[in-house]
Amino acid sequence: MEKTDYKKIVDKYKAKENRVKNGIVAFVVGGLIGVLAEFLIQIYSYFLDISTRDASVFMIVTLIFVSSLFTALGFFDKIVTFARCGLIIPITGFAHSMTSAGLEYKKEGLVYGIGSNIFKLAGSVILYGVVSAWFFGMIRYFLFGGV
Amino acid sequence: MTYLYSFFFVGFVCLLGQIILDNTKLTAGHITSLFVVLGAFLDTFSIYDEIIKYVGGGALVPITSFGHSLIHGALAKANDLGGIGLVVGMFDLTAAGITSAIIFTFIFAMIFKPKD
Repeated sequence: MEKTDYKKIVDKYKAKENRVKNGIVAFVVGGLIGVLAEFLIQIYSYFLDISTRDASVFMIVTLIFVSSLFTALGFFDKIVTFARCGLIIPITGFAHSMTSAGLEYKKEGLVYGIGSNIFKLAGSVILYGVVSAWFFGMIRYFLFGGV
Repeated sequence: MTYLYSFFFVGFVCLLGQIILDNTKLTAGHITSLFVVLGAFLDTFSIYDEIIKYVGGGALVPITSFGHSLIHGALAKANDLGGIGLVVGMFDLTAAGITSAIIFTFIFAMIFKPKD
């Protein structure tokens, strides 16, 4: 069989991804996470009587806790597969990647399993975040005179 | 009104990520790394600060805000200590997120069994 024919057949049976639908789902789910974040900040600053700045830390910790717990309970993976970037781009994706890596490599032991692999996916975010923040920070500090 | 802005901003960032994910060969890992760098870049010119001012809490949720918090903490310390402050203050603002993610991950990985 010719290669091009083969490719045609593969393309025919490959699951078609609806990009428009994916985009809309990501937009709506991500937007709802944003609304939830704002709502949590309002709730925390109102009931705990703290500044918006402190309340936003509480909000981040809450979101991380919830997504970490849901990942551990097993059903967050399905939601992430459905919503894709709607949940990967917010901080929920960071917690999700860490917890799923922790659970997945648990069987390989405490040190070489969980210890080595917990940052397997989240590590690149921290690495490139720190490197770029350092680099841009240098530019801003030395060329534009700091904050 | 902040709710509406939050909705549209986070939704827009996620949509952007989804478009990149669907139309290029980049994976979710590439996109999150890219967005962190983007956040740090935008804060070089204080653009992300302006976004947070308008959008409110929603702007703190996408991973771009992680890059923004890193550079913000670093610059705040650099203001006090000079150039070395960039290294000292790097994790000042993101410490809560990273620490809680590590602790929750460890606890849940101890308690729960992986589902397959």
